[in-house]
Formats: sequence, C-alpha cells, structure tokens
Amino acid sequence: MDIIARFLAEQPPALIWGLTGVVGLLVLGSVVAGVLTVSRPSKDYKELRQRIASWWVMIAILAAALLAGWPATVTLFAAVSFVALREFLSLAPTRREDRLIILAAYLAIPVNYAFIALDVYGIYLVLIPVYAFLITPWLMAVVGQTQGYLSRVALFHWGLMTCVYNIGYVAYLTRTPAIETPAGAAGLVFFLLVATEFNDVAQYVWGKLLGRHKIIPRVSPNKTWEGFIGGWLSTAALIWFAGPLFTPLSGVGLAITALVLPVAGFAGDVTMSAIKRDIGVKDTSKFIPGHGGILDRIDSLTFTAPIYFHLLAWFAVEKF
Amino acid sequence: MAWLRWLLILLIARPVAKFMTGADVTGEEHLPVRGPAIIVANHNSHMDTLLMLSIFPARIVGKVRPAAASDYFLKDPVVGWFSRNLVGIVPVARDRVASGEDILAPAKQALADGDIIIVFPEGTRGDASDEIARLKSGVARLAEAFPDAPVTPVWIQGAGRVLPKGEAIPVPMNCAVLIGEPIRWGGRRTEFMDGLREALLRLKAEAPPLRWQ
Repeated sequence: MDIIARFLAEQPPALIWGLTGVVGLLVLGSVVAGVLTVSRPSKDYKELRQRIASWWVMIAILAAALLAGWPATVTLFAAVSFVALREFLSLAPTRREDRLIILAAYLAIPVNYAFIALDVYGIYLVLIPVYAFLITPWLMAVVGQTQGYLSRVALFHWGLMTCVYNIGYVAYLTRTPAIETPAGAAGLVFFLLVATEFNDVAQYVWGKLLGRHKIIPRVSPNKTWEGFIGGWLSTAALIWFAGPLFTPLSGVGLAITALVLPVAGFAGDVTMSAIKRDIGVKDTSKFIPGHGGILDRIDSLTFTAPIYFHLLAWFAVEKF
Repeated sequence: MAWLRWLLILLIARPVAKFMTGADVTGEEHLPVRGPAIIVANHNSHMDTLLMLSIFPARIVGKVRPAAASDYFLKDPVVGWFSRNLVGIVPVARDRVASGEDILAPAKQALADGDIIIVFPEGTRGDASDEIARLKSGVARLAEAFPDAPVTPVWIQGAGRVLPKGEAIPVPMNCAVLIGEPIRWGGRRTEFMDGLREALLRLKAEAPPLRWQ
C-alpha cells in the first residue's frame, strides 16, 4: 500500500484527479446500466452493459500506460495503430498481389514509433507523409501492379496517414518535457483523449435531446445540427475551463483549441462514416465488445490528435 | 504430450491467431461444450486450423482435433510428428479411398473417445475468393456413425488472405469466424449434406464483405 501511495503522490495531482473523475463517471454509468437492467426487464440492455464493460477495460489499460510512463504509452499507441491499420486494410479492397505492400505498410508502424521513442521529431514529421508516400507507389510499380494504380496507392496512403502517422501524434505528446506542462506529458495525452471522447458523447446526447435538423443525411443519418452545435459548445467550454489544468495553453491558443478541436472531432467521425458507407459496413470489426472496431472508437482521434499537437507546438510547447 | 499441446495452444497458437486475424467470433454460444461433436468449416488456409483451436474455451480445447490429410501432413517425419502430437490431427488417408479400408476409422475412434473433431469437407484448401467447393460426404458418414453428436457449421471469412495456398509468409488481415446452430443427423446423406451446405452459405451471407480480388 505504502509503495502505491508514494507512487501516486509522485504523479501530477491533476492527472490523478482527472483519472479519478473518469472512474467516477464509469461507476455512475455502471450503476445506471445495472438499475436499468433490473427495473426494466422487458428491454435488452446487453449492448449498453458490454459498452460500459469495454470502457472499464479501455480506461484501465490507458490509465496504466499513462501512469507507467512514456515507453508504455508509446507501445500502447503502436498497438492501437496496428489494430487500426489491420482493420482498415481488411475492409479496403485489396488483391493477392498487394500482400507485399500490405506487409510493408505494417512495417511502417515499428519504424514510425521507433522515431517517437528515439525522440527524433524531424524525421517523425516526414517519415510517413513524405517517405512512405514515395515508397508505397514505388513498391507497387516494382510488383508490376498498374490496374487501378492511383486509387490503390491512395488507399495505402490514407491508411498509413490516419492509423499510423496521426495516431503517432498521441504518442509523441508523451515526449513533451514535464517542465513545459502543468500535469506532465501524460496529462496532455489524458486531456486530448477526454476532450475527444467527451465531444463524441456530448454530440450524441445533444442530438438525442434536441436533434431535429439533419446535418449530413447522406453520410450519417443520425447526426443533427443540434447535436453538432451542442457538442461543440459543451466541449469548447470543457477545454476552456479544464484546459489550463492539463495543458500549458492559455489566452488565444486555448481559445483556438477550444473552438477547433470539437469541429475536428466531428470531421474525423464523419470522414470515417463516409469510408464505412463506401465499404458497406456498420462497424469496422468486433474488436471492442459493444463498440465495434478500434477504428470506430478512434475515428475522431485521427483528426483531433495532430491538430491538438500542432496547436500546442505553435502556442505553448517550446520543444516542438 | 497432451499438456504440452494444451500449453502451446494457449501460449502460442492463440496469440498468433489473434495477432494475424483479429479473430472476430460470432455465435460462440453454438459451440459444443463436450464431445463427441463435429465442427464443419470451409477451408482456404492453414490459418483455419489455428483459428479453430483458438475459439474454444481453455478447459475443452485439449479435446479439439482437426481432421487432416495424412498424405499431406504425415509425409514428412518432422512435420508428421508436429502434426500428430502438437496440432493433434486425426489422420484421413485421402489417397487410400479406393483401397477399400475405412479411412474414417481414426476419426470414428476420436469421436468414440469423446473428442471434438474439426472437418473441412471441401477436402483441400480453396482459393481466397471464399467460394465454397463441392463438399465431400465423409462427414455424413461420421454423423451417421455418431447420430447423437451435434454437427456445428462454421464459416471462416478471410483466412485465405492471411495465408493463401502457395504462399509462405502470412500477412495480418482481419478474419471473421461465424458459428451456426448445430444440425443433427436426420437419416439421409444427401439431405444432410444439402443442409450443411445451406447452413454454411447462410453464415457466409452474414459475414462482413470481403473485398479481395
């Protein structure tokens, strides 16, 4: 007990309080799901219970990785990239001849995260957007594939950029010097994830409560203007008031982050929905019981992570 | 050797299958909880066997044994030892069909011992297009011999992309494993085989789309 108490005491207090708050919300959610299951036996709440159970697992893994330090967090997000890329490449149209390029695409994951672990920011920045961008079409030409060449190359680029490069930014946040942040590097990651997920949930809740006018019926028939704006305002308020506890942002930088991040989250969600609609699936896999695939869970994050990182780099963090 | 096989399944086969395929399982509740029982699956890849060994709960997986062609797996002594003792195959001598001996005898013995055997009635691996080939009727003869054993249809979607026939290097791609309601031996072979084929095609229709050319 003593060791645990001492370990927690060494962590930034905001991070501990933040994690405690999330666990509190989960307890509340579990109690509500339990009460619903008992009080309304006619309805099936299995999926809700599964969803909450999966949240417990995800939060436990994330909290453990964040508290354990940057190597654990970097490793965790490398694994997230792998599962996400596997999902994406499995849904996308591919051919037997593409297997070599698929394998090469996976290889980009350890290389990408190695540069994060080695903290070589300059190379990380260009590795996938420039070099994977060039190597992929070259490999495809070497294999002798020319049919549907450009669309296939674009498919690999899209997968690598969203699943590997953009998610890599979450991991790169952990390399921020502790002295530059109020709640440690882990606090930066924690706040990004909380703001992104809060935005998803707030949009859903506002949409359920007030939703009347569809926003993009051809892609996401359930999304409404009311949900989008309600989520935007709620998340912007969360970032404005809680942001200074976890991030070094303030003033203009904080205001821009508060305004832009919710829109980015919405954009990520909608973009992944468009892809799923194109492919003809509802969920990208069954990896997370009650939620669907990992891509269903991190769709918003593929957009919010790079923007959050760049805003931090521009306005507050000296190192980047 | 049984405990070593059990350990290898849990510590190696399962993590490898999960890493390579994601192993999205639907309908676990239809899996038999004890033998004798027969599992019937489509076959496009060596990954199929690995996947089948990873969908069963740990307490019963030691009883699960894939039926496999002895002319392929027992030809080489090293592969043969591995196949017999670690994979736990039930040999089927495809090449001795004409000789008049009962090539299903080892499978019947396994069922008599209360094992759960996995049969790939297409007889060999197909291509990754996931079309189903003509089903061989050996499985009907097994069901006839053990009319009380449930026959559970399983559709494996996408394993042919992970490791197609003729390729040596596996590539991670998601696979879906769909398990259907068990069917029972009704007394007539053609009826039984038609029912089995229909059950497999129904499961295939529920599987996520496979965009593989």
